[in-house]
Amino acid sequence: MMGRLKYYWRLLRKPSVHYSLGFLTLGGFLAGIIFWGGFNTALEVTNTEEFCIGCHEMYSNPYQELKDTIHYTNRSGVRAECSDCHVPHDWTHKIGRKMEASKEVWGWLFGTIDTPEKFEEKRLELAQREWHRLKANDSLECRNCHEFESMDFTLQDPRAAEAHSTALTGEGDQTCIDCHKGIAHELPDMAGVSR
Amino acid sequence: MKKLIAILLTASFAMVATAESPSLSPSAPDGLREGGTLGKVGDAPPIAGDPRDVKREVRNYPEQPPVIPHSIRGYQVDKRFNRCLECHSRESAPSAGAPMVSVTHFMDRNFQVRAEVTPGRYFCTQCHVPQTDAEALVESDFKPIDQVIRQGAREDSQ
Repeated sequence: MMGRLKYYWRLLRKPSVHYSLGFLTLGGFLAGIIFWGGFNTALEVTNTEEFCIGCHEMYSNPYQELKDTIHYTNRSGVRAECSDCHVPHDWTHKIGRKMEASKEVWGWLFGTIDTPEKFEEKRLELAQREWHRLKANDSLECRNCHEFESMDFTLQDPRAAEAHSTALTGEGDQTCIDCHKGIAHELPDMAGVSR
Repeated sequence: MKKLIAILLTASFAMVATAESPSLSPSAPDGLREGGTLGKVGDAPPIAGDPRDVKREVRNYPEQPPVIPHSIRGYQVDKRFNRCLECHSRESAPSAGAPMVSVTHFMDRNFQVRAEVTPGRYFCTQCHVPQTDAEALVESDFKPIDQVIRQGAREDSQ
């Protein structure tokens, strides 16, 4: 084992015998571009709705519930996909979330939520995980579209205007998800949940 | 052969003619779904708009369940969660600026007041409905109680 490691280490440290420096640098550069492009493309594919609802767990539960809500169908035809709310848009956090998502592959392999009953049983846990995530990142994914700066409080009803304008001044530590739970999927049994 | 084709052609023409004749596709009764024939599928009427203005309406008689003066599109009211009680529950009503559900909703069938809204009164839209700008499907000659009393008084004085 050690012998083989040492062999590869020496091979890596030795100057190239057959290939020119130009081939190695340019080739490495090109291979890098192809690798990076391929990686990002694959990453973006996992961000599409087709990918998410490719599994029946996601298609027959959260996706069906989303369909009734304003985030799926509305007057102006702007809509949010799974990844718009569930995956951060900037790179670092996106990679972090993607690494977390490897657990979901595990869940898929072992059928953790592959029946409506199992999904219902896990609904609270799954919902709470998303609420905590959004609470921790100050509802970042909501704010990708819904900006306080662009909200016309005069067009909102008085109660909403008050809630939104005090949240804007930074009084209290409220964020979107504190009030707007269950806007895109059905809520779990909220009996034991402090709101 | 020619004869057969001629007979078949006339027969099929006759069938088309009878299918379009009023006897096989009579006009639909002018009920809630007006016009057309039984066989024809008409256009669906436009969906009545959600109420935009928050305006509380006067009840027409004391026991009338108050109508809902706001949109309730997509409200979840099921075993797991009741979106209406999010604002109208005893605890949340003051901070939400919403009227609290009346105490009768906390009574069980023996008139015993419970801590929570009882299951019999849990499904709000069984009695409370929002109002839309839809035209009434059937005419109604309902008169609110005040009008009835006023009319009675006027007749008495005459």
